[in-house]
This record gives sequence, C-alpha cells and structure tokens, in this order.
Amino acid sequence: MNNENKVSQTTGSFSVAITGSGGSGAVTAGRIVLEAAAHCGYQGLMTRSAGPQIRGGESAAMVRFSADPVECMGDCYDLLVALDWLNIERFADEIPLSEKSLIICDPAAGEVPVQLRSNRAEIREVPFKVFASGLPEGRINMVALGAMAMVCGLPLEAMEASVSGVLQSKGEQVVESALRAMSLGYNHDRHPVNPPLPQVKKRSVWSITGNQACGVGALRGGVKFVAAYPITPASEMLEWLAPRLEKLGGSLLQAEDELASINMIIGASFGGVPSLTATSGPGLSLMVEGLGLALVSETPVTVVNVMRGGPSTGIPTKSEQADLDIALYGLHGDAPHLVFAPLSIRDCVFTTQWAVQLAEHLQTVSLVLSDQSLGQSQAIIEAPAANAIPWKRAIETEPDAAFMRYRITADKISPVTLPGTPGGMYTADGLEHNERGTPSSMASDHREQLNKRLLKLERFDYGDDWAEIEGDGDDCIITWGSTAGVVKEVARLLRQQGRAIRTISLRLLAPLQRQKLGQLIEGAERVLVVEQNHAGQLFRYLHAQAVLPEQAESLAQPGPLPLRPGRIIRALADSRVS
Amino acid sequence: MPVPALKAKDYKSGIKPVWCPGCGHFAVLAALTKAMAHLGLVKEDVAVVSGIGCSSRLPAYIDSYGFHGIHGRALAAASGLKAARPELTVVVAGGDGDGFSIGGNHFLHACRRNMDMTYIVMDNEVYGMTKGQASPTTRPTWRNSKMTPHGTGIPRFNPAAIALAAGAGFIARGYSGEPSEMTRLLVEAIEYPGFAFVQVLSGCVTYRPDQRGWKEVVHPFINDVPTEDRIKAAQIIQADDGKATGVIYASPYPVWQPENEKETELALLEEEFSL
Repeated sequence: MNNENKVSQTTGSFSVAITGSGGSGAVTAGRIVLEAAAHCGYQGLMTRSAGPQIRGGESAAMVRFSADPVECMGDCYDLLVALDWLNIERFADEIPLSEKSLIICDPAAGEVPVQLRSNRAEIREVPFKVFASGLPEGRINMVALGAMAMVCGLPLEAMEASVSGVLQSKGEQVVESALRAMSLGYNHDRHPVNPPLPQVKKRSVWSITGNQACGVGALRGGVKFVAAYPITPASEMLEWLAPRLEKLGGSLLQAEDELASINMIIGASFGGVPSLTATSGPGLSLMVEGLGLALVSETPVTVVNVMRGGPSTGIPTKSEQADLDIALYGLHGDAPHLVFAPLSIRDCVFTTQWAVQLAEHLQTVSLVLSDQSLGQSQAIIEAPAANAIPWKRAIETEPDAAFMRYRITADKISPVTLPGTPGGMYTADGLEHNERGTPSSMASDHREQLNKRLLKLERFDYGDDWAEIEGDGDDCIITWGSTAGVVKEVARLLRQQGRAIRTISLRLLAPLQRQKLGQLIEGAERVLVVEQNHAGQLFRYLHAQAVLPEQAESLAQPGPLPLRPGRIIRALADSRVS
Repeated sequence: MPVPALKAKDYKSGIKPVWCPGCGHFAVLAALTKAMAHLGLVKEDVAVVSGIGCSSRLPAYIDSYGFHGIHGRALAAASGLKAARPELTVVVAGGDGDGFSIGGNHFLHACRRNMDMTYIVMDNEVYGMTKGQASPTTRPTWRNSKMTPHGTGIPRFNPAAIALAAGAGFIARGYSGEPSEMTRLLVEAIEYPGFAFVQVLSGCVTYRPDQRGWKEVVHPFINDVPTEDRIKAAQIIQADDGKATGVIYASPYPVWQPENEKETELALLEEEFSL
C-alpha cells in the first residue's frame, strides 16, 4: 500500500476524526489517542460532536495533536476512522477530508458512503468486527484504535499506557481485552504516515476539559460556594466542582432554577464567601435581574456562561460565541460590570481565577464567556502554574463609628463589612441608596453612586492581561474568547509564508481597554474582526466604542461549525483585494 | 462585666418606615424586635433578608445586617447566605405577592430544603407598592383593581396547605392586631431548628380598608394545635377559614445544611489532571 502522500496536512500536527453510532465508543477511543499522544510528549485537543439524543444517536471525536500547543482544529483531517457508517452524513460538514486523507473502516460495516468517496480519500479496510468478535469482550473501537495508532505513528507502548489510564475504572479484564484488540488492529497493516510527526521529549502535561479548567480557576480564585442549575454544556463544570468544593471546605447547592442560583450566590457572597455560578445562554437570561442586584448592592459574584448556539433553546450541544451582546448590554439601567473570555482551554484556569478575584476586589459582577468548544473539549496542555493574583475583597473587621458601606472613596471602592461584625451593620440594597445604604431617590445620591460604580472599574489598572497580543505588521486580526486559537494558528501559517501580521485576542471585554487597543491598531492597513456569531457582535461593539478604523472588516461566522484557518486566510485575502 | 440586656427598641434602626399610617406591618416590626429582645439575639449575628414590596422594606428598619434584594428572590438569597454562614440567625420577610406569586417556586423549595431560617409573610391580599392589584391570596371576586375589573376569577393560594405539602416542618399564622401572640409565634419560629413559616394577616389600610374588619373574624384555632401529625395538620388547614391564628404544625424534620470540613489542598486535587 502506498502511503507516500499521507503527510499531515497542516504542518506539524496530525488530525484524526473517529465516528460511530451511540455506544460504539468513538469518544473513549478519541480520549485514548489524545492521551497516548501526550505520553509521547505531544500536546493536543479533542473536540466532540453529538446529536441531541441522550443515549444512542451518533457521536464523533476529533483529535489533533502536535509538538506545539493545539488550540483549534485544522482545515482538514488526515484520518477518518469510521467505526460504522450510521448517520455519518450528519458529520460530513464537521469532518472535512481531502484526497490526501485516509479513511479506515470495516468492510463488514458496508460500502463507504458516496459523499465520502467524492473527496477521493484513500481507503484502508480493517476487519474491526472480525477481530473483535474473536476476543472475549472484544470491542471494535479498540481494534480501530490499534489501526489508527499505526497510521498516526503513535507507538504501541504509549497506546497501552493510555488505554490502562483511561479504562482503569472499568477493571482489569476490560483493559486486558482492549489491549489484545488494539494489538490486532495495530499489526494488521503496518504502514505509518510518512513522514511522522517530529519526536518530542515527554513533558509534564495536564489532560483537562475547559469546564474542568474553569472549575480549577474558580477554586484557585478562592470560590467556596456555588449554587447552580443543570444546563448543557455547563453541567460538567458543576459536577466536577461539587465533590471538590466539599473537600476544600466549601459547598455546591443545586438550586431550583437559575433565578435561585444567582440569588443564592449573591446571598452567600453577602456573607463574605467568594461565590460563583455556571450556566449557559438560557440560564444567563434568567439571571440578568440578579446581576443588576449584585452590581448595585456591590456584592461580588462570578458567572461562567458556557455559550452554546442561541437564541432560545438554540443548539444546546454545539458552540457559538453569540452571548457577547447580552453579557455587555443585558442589564437594565447603567450597569457597568466586568466581562471576560478565556482564550483557550488552558486559559480557562487563569481567566476564571482573574475574574473571581477582580469581582471580589472591585465588588462587582464578573461574567466569564466560555463556550461549548472550550468547555466540552479535552486538551493536553502544559500544566498551568499557580498564579498569585493579589486581588481580594478588602473587608473591614473593625469598622469605626464613621463606617459607611457605600462611601465614596478615592479609588471608588467602598469599605465593606460582613455579617457578624459589630459596628458594621448595614442593609445591602438593590434600591439606589446614599453612602450609608439608606434607600434614596435623590438625584445627587444616584449620580454619586453611578459615578462610583463606573469609575471603580474604569480607573482600575488591569495590567497586560486584558489581551494576548502577538506579532506586528500591517495586517491586524482582532478576536475574543475561544476563536483566539484559530486566529493564532492563521497568524503562524501566514508568518511561515513571510507575511507580517498582528493578532489581538481580547480576554477582558468590559471595560474595554480602548486606549491600549486603539494604540495597537493605529496605522494598520487591514483590520479584520473574527468571531463565531452571526451579527458580528464584537465588530459592532468595537465600532460603538470608536476604536476601529473605517476600513475594518468583520468575519462573523455563526456556530456550530468551528472557524477553520482557511476561512480566515480567505477573508484576509479578500480584504487585500478590496 | 455583663452586657445589659437589649430591649426591643434597641433592635430598631431608627430609619422611618415608608409604610402608611395604620399599616399592619408596624406591628410585625414591633413583634419581631420584641422576639429578638426576648431571645437576646446578638444584633450583628442576625441577617434580615427580603425581596420587593411594602413589607420587604423591613430589613432597613431592624438594627442588624440586612439584605433587600429583588422581587420574589428573598428565600434564594437567604438560602445562599445560610449555606455560607450557618452560624447566623436568618430571618426572611416579605409579602404575599413576593412570596407566593413571583417567588412561588422558591417558597416550595425552601420548604423542602428545610434550612434553619424563619420566613415571615405579611399577607394583606394585595400588591400595595404598585397601588392595589390582586395578589395570589386575594379572593376571586374582589373587583377593586382596575387590572382585574372582574376579579381574578381564580381560587386563592392557600399558603399553609402548600407549605405543608412542600414539606415545611413549622407552620404558623399570626395577626397584626394580636401583637403579643405574634411575638410568641416569632420566638417559636426563630427557635425552631429548620424552616419556620409564619403567615401574618397584616392588613393594608390603603387598598384593603375592608381588612379593618379582620379584628372581628380572626380567632384562635379551635382544634388542638400545634400538631405534630401531618395528616391532622392537613385536615386542620383544609377545614380552616384562613383567619385562625396560632402554631398549626410543628414537627422535627432533618435540617439541611452543607457541613464540610476542609480535608485537602487544591494543589493535591489538581494532580488528577497530570499525565
């Protein structure tokens, strides 16, 4: 068999998609490949795709690994492993193949569907079912894994270590038969890709999802109380946090609805305990009135919104960056608050921690806009070092007679006491109030408190973490949140071709660091704003804030398909022509 | 040196209530401060939490920590506070619209959850702050609101029955015209280890002047109350005219409170991700 052409199509990485009907083990197989790659020193990313069914239906795992950090999927898959052909048409859009791709499938599963033949990918047949049925508890996904490992150039030892790790909880018997099945698949047709990925030294890495990484960030930020209502795709963050919060002396309360969860964390935070909730679009919509209460009563809270396709119920299992508008503008009244977006799975740790601690320090609301593509994807990342962020709530433990909860101070951050503190009693209020906290509808009190709540955020020095800035050049791409991964990859590809390009990935969306951003894009010939939504929400926001030059262009692609490097490169080329 | 015992007036903040002269809520405020004095509560260890409405203005009038939140969410905020700070005495105050209409779901689940707190609902069968609309406890034929010119036409919400069905372990009803009984009810409610629900018939002089007639119809329960028997309590509540006062039901239920001892460090937990 001739594999000469099977080079990895996005230089330096290998991309494989595994598809199958529900229960066929596509996602487990994906996880094993991902962690085997980690055992070889690679970093990687696994996204998954599933229909709305709870059980059954179809699922796909997409894995990409490389010697470098992997923060997005490429334009094309090097390898498709089809455990069966059931509902494969639903994934056709999500798994682009080319004539350089290879398809591994079982002849027993039937003909390769027409739409997959049309891309002229090479087909390698492996009798998954025959091999699997010859073994006690033999599973076809494990046979397929072996064949896949051979093609990917992942050594059998690394695969074996990964199988043992991932299947550990299933018992020895399962692991043993998995290893035997895998070895059959591995040895069936010994033709690896040519050339394989460069060898790398094994390093200390984490295997983690974005939802877990937000959980780690929350705990690092000092969160001790979470109240939340289950919602896709945020629930895994809550499920990860619940037992761990307990072990750290905190707790998670499953609330009756999102109205309760936001108000519960406000109550807990009023008690002095750093508090957080996680939700997705519909839940955030329900919480918005509570956010205003937290903001005006100056009770710090953090809400992690794991975005999914919207509006309304939308596409619950798939990703979209379409909640920027509600995050920025959803509250009634003049309601300045903090809005963040993690730029990668690894960055979920830092951004969530930063958001929690800034909410505490500035006594305000932090919204963190993660999304399904971060939350439910598994990544192999360099372990994020513990980050000593200094910010916390400045609590007065011995207030004097002059204590006023909502006093106008020099830095506009009012002194705060906690229940249980003698001499510091006050009533936190969603009603506008004077410096003492007494409800007031006087114009002067309203103006003073509005000013205070705005200026404490505007005047704070957010340092360099407001954005990740890479490169320099006449072309500039601005993006936010999870699409930072693909934008950075585009820049790397273009730089390899000798083109100078600057990327600005916004981590802090509100308050917008207008001046710093303006300086960075000053003089740029082309400015492209890239985001995964339909309306160009960031593009319009930046225009409203008067930071974009006239020639700036928008590349806004709605979910659920991920933005791929080629799409952005094409947009830049078009922009060049105009 | 022993600290001199606080009197009821010491628990008042001195802020002048927004309530109309003659409002029943003044009596509830007085009874609550008397109950606090009777129990010798340490002011700063008390948090009074409320939502929105005339009665929800109460926290600011008590000299303790207070949280005046948004409409219907008082029980949620109070539950979060109690979960985070179990040592505090948490008192929740509000009205019939706040508690039974917009906050109805939280009422059900607070009864179920049975956290140790007291919930006082000042029931005047009307939305006062928005100027006189029908509430869930308004009788269906009350036609004095322009918003429901034919009356609501739907049966009243029965707070005690719903509290019992939802699992509350302490259910009482007081009347603002019987302040000493109300003080006693509030003392018992605060002492009850769990979710204690006290409905107070607290008339609205402005939008429900007819409620002045309550003093003629309010009466003690004729049955043996309080009962510990759920089935008997249900019978009493179903047979009741809604104007009987006293503790109806008091039964020890397991209190829910997250109690977690710190047993590890975050850095150790993070090791689960290392490959």
